[in-house]
Amino acid sequence: MSSVTETPGTGLPMSRINPKAIVRWTILFIGGVLMVTPLLYMFSTSLKTPGQIYDLRLIPSAPTLANYMEVLREGDFMRWFINSSIVAVVVTASNLFFDSLVGYTLAKFKFRGRRFVFIAILSTLMIPTEMLVIPWYLMSAQFGWLDTYWGIMFPGMTTAFGTFLMKQFFETVPDDFLEAARIDGMNEFTIWWKIAMPLVTPALSALAIFTFLGNWTAFFWPLIVTTSKELYTLPIGLTSFAVEQAIRWEMIMTGAALATIPTLVIFLVLQRFIVRGVMLAGLKG
Amino acid sequence: MATISLKNLTKTYGKVEVIHGIDLEIADGEFVVFVGPSGCGKSTTLRMVAGLEEVSGGEIRIGDRVVNELDPKQRNIAMVFQNYAIYPHMTVRENIAIGLYTQKLDKAEKARRVENAAEILGLTKFIDRRPAALSGGQRQRVAMGRAMVRDPAAFLFDEPLSNLDAQLRAQMRIEIKALHQRLGSTIAYVTHDQVEAMTMADRIVVMKDGHILQQGRPMEIYSNPVDVFTARFIGTPSMNVISSGQAGGEFGGDGGTPVLLGVRPQDLHVGPDAGEGHALSLSGPVTAVEPLGPETLVHFQLGDDTVIGTAPATEIPEVGSTVTAHAGRAHLHRFDAKTEKALERR
Repeated sequence: MSSVTETPGTGLPMSRINPKAIVRWTILFIGGVLMVTPLLYMFSTSLKTPGQIYDLRLIPSAPTLANYMEVLREGDFMRWFINSSIVAVVVTASNLFFDSLVGYTLAKFKFRGRRFVFIAILSTLMIPTEMLVIPWYLMSAQFGWLDTYWGIMFPGMTTAFGTFLMKQFFETVPDDFLEAARIDGMNEFTIWWKIAMPLVTPALSALAIFTFLGNWTAFFWPLIVTTSKELYTLPIGLTSFAVEQAIRWEMIMTGAALATIPTLVIFLVLQRFIVRGVMLAGLKG
Repeated sequence: MATISLKNLTKTYGKVEVIHGIDLEIADGEFVVFVGPSGCGKSTTLRMVAGLEEVSGGEIRIGDRVVNELDPKQRNIAMVFQNYAIYPHMTVRENIAIGLYTQKLDKAEKARRVENAAEILGLTKFIDRRPAALSGGQRQRVAMGRAMVRDPAAFLFDEPLSNLDAQLRAQMRIEIKALHQRLGSTIAYVTHDQVEAMTMADRIVVMKDGHILQQGRPMEIYSNPVDVFTARFIGTPSMNVISSGQAGGEFGGDGGTPVLLGVRPQDLHVGPDAGEGHALSLSGPVTAVEPLGPETLVHFQLGDDTVIGTAPATEIPEVGSTVTAHAGRAHLHRFDAKTEKALERR
């Protein structure tokens, strides 16, 4: 016998249900469904045989992992996966380092021309990628960077957006921290690396997520700069399922499903660092 | 430990001079408190000593070295900031150890010094916590630990207690003073709180508008202020300053020129004249009373001014009633009406 007494009518009384909450939850539910459906269809399609892909049931009648086996056995897929990983990781690391170094300098040092430099950096945000691709291409051709990793990566190694984001965050770091470190004997680089950087981890996490996702899914520039199949990144490689072997949706969806995994991992790992107010703990209570 | 010496020290921002040629000698082991209102230049002076602000003119010596051109880290000073500036991503132990960053000590010696500092400051229990898990007072102690562990030539404190509540501030005042006595260190301490200045200092330096107005032992400044500003700034509640015309009696300067008359509320006794021949008697309607326990502060109107006197705890006058307050000649301070400088020194 359970010692818990069940009282009848413990459900929520009608008067307590807030009509505003119903509207709010309904809107959130619809939004959630809209977001999740394409993902679910991607996974669903990846588990279907070619004959089943136009059967729109979400749960396949005879789910199979054959597509995954085929994609992974297909020699180039792992190559593309590795290529995408190299590009995304290197570019993300580069942005975290250089954007925050420049952002810190612009936020915390007073020097002649500081405003000008900042505005010049910001103004590049207004130039669309499409306009930059031709100069990038010409530059790559002249330097012999076409069809190389460096050719894929160099335009994104630092970004105006990242610099702007980091500058704004570094401005919120109180000068007292830096002055205390100066008195404690650290040099300026160490102060940036050991004191200022840990104080802006939320911004670094956000920048890492943006940069990684942006480069993981980048299509336009890698398509232009690469010609050999061994250098394709995942998005370019996936399109080859459509071109060479007619449109094999189940293969594209399988490749896409596999490609989603690292982005989910990155997001889940980094999101816990995006906690506001970490920095305030060292200041007045 | 070392002496600190300022010679004709100036600071300019653009064309504006904010520190106008300060001369000051701080002796080895002395606790000097800079006090003054916001914007008087006390923090700027301290930051110049620390090397966080460039010196525009004059000379700063720490020990026998001129340090004008040296980086903060080369000056061998330690500083405690108003908002502590302890690093939130490090534990108490790591925060204190940062003070030893430049010192080439072996690990065991570093650990020993950090633990020793933590022990002195009562932080041993919290040594592996992060600042977020500490109270305001504990955080300020961590900041002091970081300063102490290095055994610096001098400690600089920039309003370290202003973010603490009144009770904690009183406790920390005692702790800092005890620490000074224990370590025998040279301390330059900046505050706008005259109570901190009075209770902790070996010597008070009163500053205003980039000048030193007066320096001396706390009681010396309290009982012998050089001008109206210092007289009103040191001591709480502030000294009453009235014109000799309002006072009635024969207080004028040579040839009967008008003077300002100062009397501290503690010396202005509200109550009947016991026939002791008081030099000053003031009367007016009571505007407010503040019973403090041992005594009561009585605010009463005198012309356009409000004057504060002290009544015994048992005799609290009604607001609106008229009271008379008396002070002996020994407790009167006379100031020139124009220059506001003290007319005589005792």
